[in-house]
Amino acid sequence: MGTIVKIMSHIHIKNLNKSYLDRSPNTANKKDHRISVLENVNLEFEDGEMVCILGPSGCGKSTLLKMIAGFEKPTSGEVLIDGQPIEGPRSDNIFVFQHSGLLPWMTVWENVELGVRHLTDTEKKKSRIKEHINMVELTGFEYHYPHQLSGGMLRRAELARALAVNPNTLIMDEPFSGLDFLTHMKIREEVVNMHELIKKTTLVVTHDIDDALIMGDRIIVMSDRPAQVKLEQKLDCGRPRNLGEDKELKVLRDEIFFMLGVSYAV
Amino acid sequence: MFRKEIILPILTFVCIVIIWELITRYSGWSHQVFPSPLSVLLSLQELASNGNLLKHSVASLFRVSMGFALAVILGLPIGIVLGLSKTAKYLFNPLFQFLRPISPLAWIPLAMLWFGIGDLPAVFLIFLSSFFPMVVSTSTAVESIKPTFFQVAANFNFSRYETITKIVMPAIIPEVTTALRITITIAWLVVVAAEMIAVQSGLGYMILDSRNALRMDYVMVGMIVIGIIGLLLDLIMQLLGNIESTAWGRLSK
Ligand SMILES: Nc1ncnc2c1ncn2[C@@H]1O[C@H](COP(=O)(O)OP(=O)(O)O)[C@@H](O)[C@H]1O
Ligand SMILES: [Mg+2]
Repeated sequence: MGTIVKIMSHIHIKNLNKSYLDRSPNTANKKDHRISVLENVNLEFEDGEMVCILGPSGCGKSTLLKMIAGFEKPTSGEVLIDGQPIEGPRSDNIFVFQHSGLLPWMTVWENVELGVRHLTDTEKKKSRIKEHINMVELTGFEYHYPHQLSGGMLRRAELARALAVNPNTLIMDEPFSGLDFLTHMKIREEVVNMHELIKKTTLVVTHDIDDALIMGDRIIVMSDRPAQVKLEQKLDCGRPRNLGEDKELKVLRDEIFFMLGVSYAV
Repeated sequence: MFRKEIILPILTFVCIVIIWELITRYSGWSHQVFPSPLSVLLSLQELASNGNLLKHSVASLFRVSMGFALAVILGLPIGIVLGLSKTAKYLFNPLFQFLRPISPLAWIPLAMLWFGIGDLPAVFLIFLSSFFPMVVSTSTAVESIKPTFFQVAANFNFSRYETITKIVMPAIIPEVTTALRITITIAWLVVVAAEMIAVQSGLGYMILDSRNALRMDYVMVGMIVIGIIGLLLDLIMQLLGNIESTAWGRLSK
């Protein structure tokens, strides 16, 4: 009987399962044929951690994030945030969408305003919006509509909107996908800096192993569908990280490549 | 400078007038049956200057605006409700789908019986012609809103009211402006037919009355004016859809 050390876990995923009704033509006539997407997922994330989730395409990464965000209900098991089961979407648990979640009929300013629209002090509200637009370097684009922005600017604007809420958890689904190489690097760096600054629990799904190694305090590798946790690795090395020089990271990188079915790391 | 989009349509109309003139000269039909372009032009001038044309056009436009406005005011919210609520959809959609293909003209006998003579039966027929397309296109537009937008709404704790005003209404504007264009055209088609019964004014009445007087030149004037007003109505609806904040749908895709 030792002393029980209670770890403050911010997000606790317990025996999580998710399946969808299979509607593909050859199974449509069989009732109750279900596709299992997540199988018995158990994870704990600490408060303020940057968690990177890797996995093959279509394995269920987005599904996992959507359940943490409260958009989808688990088939069984539960997701607890600060010990409380998630009832549904909440504004202290902000989701950044893979394909832009900005509202196309609103300007950058109006989109960012969504998260602070209840502030009664208009001066405070204005400065909060300004501050966050400034933070993602979109000053001068306040009155632009999403269709007038580049891919990188869209991500930044959505990030500003999310941060303006001051959420406890930030959930990002492939925030760098579809960006050119340089923009990818730049926005990744900004997300890392932002995280250093505000230290909020941040979940990032990515298909880029280097993203995970550069960013993550904790790296999760999921298997093919139905997704199970194949690897969970806490990274204690500080940042900025150099993948070329850090031996430990290099070994881990090869290991993850192998795990995802590629035998020669590129 | 040769501007195709301006020159070619003019060319088409010039050709038609020439063919028309040739027919009146060489077909052997009397001018009573097939008036010449010039006589129609003179009749147009006559009807325009004695005020008849304006009076009838205004009467038709008044009925169309009333019926159309009523259809939009009722059709939009009902369409939104049907698009958002599965229960409402299953309750009412079959009814609307059933009533929609019935030509408004089939309602003429009942409309006259219920509303007597005057503006009311015509307004009712125009309302019917516009209401169902409005409801159906609105509800389809609502159903096709990307789920992402509703997830954003839930994520930012939107109230029901906010979800409708900040997500649903702006999201359906591109489809609704298209529906308005199509619907006003239908309404304009119907008003002429509606005015051939039970009223003593309007372009439809003018055409019918001229036929009874065997004045085919007046009939043609009526047709030309109907065409021109129809074009203008369509143009107005198109301009409405071009206002920058409402054009996001076309610009973003
Ligand atoms: N609403 C849904 N209905 C049925 N199947 C779904 C639904 N959402 C996702 N899926 C299926 O679940 C699997 C995982 O999807 P997803 O979580 O988007 O994968 P990814 O890891 O690429 O983000 C896919 O095979 C997808 O077809
Ligand atoms: Mg995904």
